[in-house]
Amino acid sequence: MFEQVFFIFVAVVTLGFALIVVTNKNLFHAALALMGTFLGVAIIYVTLGAGFLAMAQLLVYIGAISILIIFAIMMTRHMMSAEEAAFNSQAGLSLFTAVAFFVLVAYVFISYWPTTPADAMLATMTPVDPAILENSVVALGQSFVSPNAYVLPFEVASVMLLAALVGSIFIAKPRLKEDEA
Amino acid sequence: MIPMSWYLLFAAALFSIGLYGVMARRNTVAILMSVELLLNAVNINLVTFWRYLTPDRSVGMAWAVFVLAVAAAEAAVGLALIISVYRNRDSVVAEELDVLRN
Amino acid sequence: MSEELLTTLTWLIPVGPLLAFFVITLFTNRSRTLSWMLAWAGVFSSLILGWTVALNVFAEDVHHLEEHPTVIADSIAWLPFGSNADNWLRMGVAVDPLTAVMLIMVTFAITMIFIYSVGYHNWGQPLGKVLGVPNHMQEEPLLSRFFAFMSLFAGAMLLLVVADNLLMLFVGWEIMGFCSYSLIGFWYARDYDIGEDDIPHISPRKAGIKAFMTTRVADVIMLLGIVFFYRVFGTFNFAEALSAHSLEHAVAGVGATALGIMSLLLFTGTVGKSAQWPLHVWLPDAMEGPTPVSATIHAAAMVSAGVYMSIRIFPLLAVGAGPESGVPVGWIIAGIGAFTALMAATIAVAQNDVKGVLAYSTISQLGFMIAAIGTGAYVAAVFHLITHGFFKALLFLASGSVIHGMEHGAHHVHDHHTDPQDMRYMGGLRKKMPITFWTFLIGGMALSGLPFITAGFWSKDEIFASAWYAYNHEGNAIGLMVLVALALAAFLTAFYTMRQISMTFFGKARTPLAEHAQESSNFMTFPLIGLAFFAVIAGWAGIPEDFPILGPLLDNNYAHHIIGATVHSTLHHLSEMGLVGHSYAIAAFDFVWLPLIASLTVALGGLFFGWLMYGRKPLVQGQADPLIKALGPLHTFLNRKWYWDELYDTVLIQPTIFVSETVVYEWIDKGFIDGIIHLVARAFYGFGRYVRAFEMAVFGDGVDWVKDQFLAMAASMRQLQTGRMQEYVLVSTLIASALAFVVLAINYGWFDQIFQ
Repeated sequence: MFEQVFFIFVAVVTLGFALIVVTNKNLFHAALALMGTFLGVAIIYVTLGAGFLAMAQLLVYIGAISILIIFAIMMTRHMMSAEEAAFNSQAGLSLFTAVAFFVLVAYVFISYWPTTPADAMLATMTPVDPAILENSVVALGQSFVSPNAYVLPFEVASVMLLAALVGSIFIAKPRLKEDEA
Repeated sequence: MIPMSWYLLFAAALFSIGLYGVMARRNTVAILMSVELLLNAVNINLVTFWRYLTPDRSVGMAWAVFVLAVAAAEAAVGLALIISVYRNRDSVVAEELDVLRN
Repeated sequence: MSEELLTTLTWLIPVGPLLAFFVITLFTNRSRTLSWMLAWAGVFSSLILGWTVALNVFAEDVHHLEEHPTVIADSIAWLPFGSNADNWLRMGVAVDPLTAVMLIMVTFAITMIFIYSVGYHNWGQPLGKVLGVPNHMQEEPLLSRFFAFMSLFAGAMLLLVVADNLLMLFVGWEIMGFCSYSLIGFWYARDYDIGEDDIPHISPRKAGIKAFMTTRVADVIMLLGIVFFYRVFGTFNFAEALSAHSLEHAVAGVGATALGIMSLLLFTGTVGKSAQWPLHVWLPDAMEGPTPVSATIHAAAMVSAGVYMSIRIFPLLAVGAGPESGVPVGWIIAGIGAFTALMAATIAVAQNDVKGVLAYSTISQLGFMIAAIGTGAYVAAVFHLITHGFFKALLFLASGSVIHGMEHGAHHVHDHHTDPQDMRYMGGLRKKMPITFWTFLIGGMALSGLPFITAGFWSKDEIFASAWYAYNHEGNAIGLMVLVALALAAFLTAFYTMRQISMTFFGKARTPLAEHAQESSNFMTFPLIGLAFFAVIAGWAGIPEDFPILGPLLDNNYAHHIIGATVHSTLHHLSEMGLVGHSYAIAAFDFVWLPLIASLTVALGGLFFGWLMYGRKPLVQGQADPLIKALGPLHTFLNRKWYWDELYDTVLIQPTIFVSETVVYEWIDKGFIDGIIHLVARAFYGFGRYVRAFEMAVFGDGVDWVKDQFLAMAASMRQLQTGRMQEYVLVSTLIASALAFVVLAINYGWFDQIFQ
C-alpha cells in the first residue's frame, strides 16, 4: 500500500518536473526541472531494486549532463530572452500526436500487463530472492568483463565515449583567427 | 506490490512528454533536454522489464547502463553542436535551422 | 630498192609528223623555234620517204601494175575480233599507184605549207602578247601549238593515204576532223562585233565547232557504212574486199542494191568531209583559221581525203551504180557533185573576201571531182584531185601573202578597222607584191583552166572528155548532165577568178592599206614558187596520146595509165560480169573534139568576161561592184550564200535547240524526272512532318506533360522537406502512431463490425 502511494507520488512529481521542462519559457528553470526529473527517475530505480543504476543516474545525469546543459544555456544565453516564445508553430499538432502516442502505447501495455493487482500479472513478478538482488551488481560487473557476456559492448562503449569526448571538444572549439584564414 | 504496468505507464507518459517537448520546443537546448527525458523513459522501461521478468540475468541492467553511457555521450556531442551552430548562425532556434530545406 | 626496204619506208611515212606532234606537245612546247624546226623535220622526212616510195612505184612496168596494182602491202595483226579467236583485225599499209600520186601531192604541198607557216606567223619578229587572237606583225605566241596540230594533221593525212584498210583510213579521217576543229579555232579568243550590214561574223571557236559538227553528222552515217562494209565483206582490207571476186561474191550474197546502199552510206562521209551540198556550210566559215590551215584543209589534206576515200572504194561505187543495182548511185553522186559545183561557183562570184572566193572555189572544184566519180571517170577524178591540190594550195598561200601585205599596210597607216581580207579595199598590188602576183596569177589560171600551159586545164578537160564519152558511147545521161553543169561552172570559175585577180592586183590601190602593202618574207614566197611550178607542169603528165600536136610528143598518157592501173583489172572483170557499166571500165578513149571545144570556150570565155568587167577598167576607190547592178537582187542572194546557213538554222538548229533546251531539259528533265523526285521528296517530307507532329505531340508534349506532372508532384512533395527537424519528428511519429493504430485495430478487431 505504502509502496503504491509512494510510487504514485514520485511518479506525479517526476512527471510534473518533466512538464516544466517542456513548457517553461525560462530555460534555466527548465534545466533545474530537468534535474528534478532525473532525481525522480533515480528514486524509481531504487524502488525497482536497481540501486547501482540509481547512483549512476545521479552521478551522470544530474552531476554531469545537467551541468553541461546549464553550461550550454549560459553560453547561448543572450539569444534567449524571457520574452521569447517557448513553443514553435506546430505545438498544437505535437500535443495531439504525443497524446495519441501515449494512448496507443498505454493501451498496448495495459492489454498485455493489466493494472489490477489481483491479476496473474502480479504473480509474474517473480519472487525476489534477496540474494539475487544483492548479487545483481556483481553479476552486472561480471557481465561487463566476461568474454561470454558483454565485454565487447563495454569496450566499444568506452571507445564511443572517447570519440564523443574528442568530437565534442573539436566541434565546440572556438576557431582561432589563424585557423579561420 | 506495484503492478508492472504502472511503471510502464509512467515510462510511457514520460516518453510522451519528452516527445512533445522534442516536437514543440523552439530552443534547441530545450529540445535536447527533452531528448534526455526520452532516454530516461526508455531506461525506466528497460529496468522494469529486467526487474519483473528476468531479474536473475544481467541483460536488462547492462543494457540500461549502456543507454546511460550513450545518452551522456550524445548529450555532450549535441551540446557541442549547438554551441558550434550558435557560433556560426547566431541562432539556437530550431525553426530557423532549415538549410536542408527543399 | 628492195621490197622490204620500201615496206619499212612506207610504214615510216606517217611516223615523222606524228612523232613531231608528240615531241612538240610534250617537250618543246616552250620553244617556238625548236617546235617549228621539229615540225619541218617531220614533214621533210615524210616528203623524202613519200617521194621515194612513189617514184619506186612509178618505176614499175605499167602492165605489171595493171595486173598487180598493189606494189607494197604489209600489215600487222592488231585486234582479236569477233567470236572467232583466230580472226584478227589487221592494220597495215599498202601502196598502189593511187597512193603513190597522192603521196607526191600531199607530202609536197604540206611541206610547202609548213615552210610558209613559219613566215606567216612572223617568226623572228617581236613576240605577240595576246593569246588566242591574231597578232598582226608580231610573232605568234602559240606557234608551238600550231605546229603540233599541223604535224598531227599531216601525220593523220599520211596515215589515211597509206592505209590498206577502211578502219585505219577512218582513224586518220577522224584525227583530221579533230585537227580541223582545233586549227580552225586556233585563234580561240577572237571575237567579232556585228559586221557591216548587220551580218554576224562567226567567231573562230564557233567555226571550229561548226566544222566538226557538220563532218560528224556525215561521219556517223559513214560509220554505218563501214560497219555494213565489214558485215558484207568480212574484212576491212581494200585489196581483199574490193577485188572483183569479192564483189561478185558480195553481190551474190546480199545483192547489188545493198551494195548500192552501202556505197551511198560511205559516200555520205565524202559529202561531209569534202563539203558537198548539203553539208557544205562548214567550209566557208573555216576561213577563220590561219591561212596555212585553210591551205591544208581545203587543198592538200582534208577535203582531198574525202574524195580520196570515194576513189578508194570506187569498185564498190561502180557496182552500186551498175545495172544490177536498184539504187541510182551514179545519178546521186554525180548529181550532188554537179549541183554543188554549179551552186558554189555562183556564190563565189558574189563574194568580197579573198579567202571566201577561194573557199567556194574549193567546194566547186570538189564538186567537179565528185561529178567525175559519178560519171565513172576514175582517172579524171584522181587527176583533178592532184592538180587541184597543187594550185588550190598555191592560191590559198598566195592569198595569205596578200593579206599579210595588207596587214603590213594597215600597221603602217595605223588603221586596224578596215578588213585587210576584203578585196574591195585592195587594188594595185601587182606592183607592190610581184612574186605574190605572178604566183597567184599562175594558180588562178590553173583554176580557170587556161589551155595547155596550166595543170587545171588538162585535168578539167579529162573530166569533160570522160563525161562526153560516157554519154556519147554508153548513152549514159549522167554524162550529159555533168558536162552541161560543169561547163557552166567552169565558165563561172574563170569569171570569178579573173574578177578576183583584177580586184586584188590591177588598177590603183583603193585604200591606204593597199598603198603601203609590201612583199612578204622569203619563207612565204619560196613555197609559192614551188607550188606554182607544179601547178604548171603537173598537168603535162596527163596529156592524152592522140591529142593534136602535143599528144604524140609525149606519146604516153602517163597519168591515165598509171592511175588507171589501180583499178583497171578489177573494173575489167566486173564489167565482164555485167556488174558495172561499160563506161566504168577504164580504157583510154579516143580523142574527141567536142569536150575540148567546150572547155576552151568556157575557160577563155570566162576569163574574157571577167577581164571585161573588172580588168579593163579596174575599180577605183568608192566604186561599187558592177555585178551588183547587173544582177540586182540575185546578187544579194548569191552574196548571202543562197541563205543555206539561215535555212539550216531555222529548220534544223533552232528546232534541235528547242527540243534540247525546252522539251528535254525543261519538260522532261526538270519537269517530269525532277518532278517525280520532288514528289517523292515531298511525300517523305510530308510524312516526316506528320511523324514529327505526332512525335512532338505524343513524345514531346506527352513527355513534357509527364515531366510536368512529376515536377508538380515533386514540387508538392518538396513542401514536406522543410529542413526543420522537429517537423520530421512530428510527421514520423504521427505516421507511426497511425500505423500502430491500424495494426492494433486489426489485431484487436476494433473495426470488425464496419469492415466485415
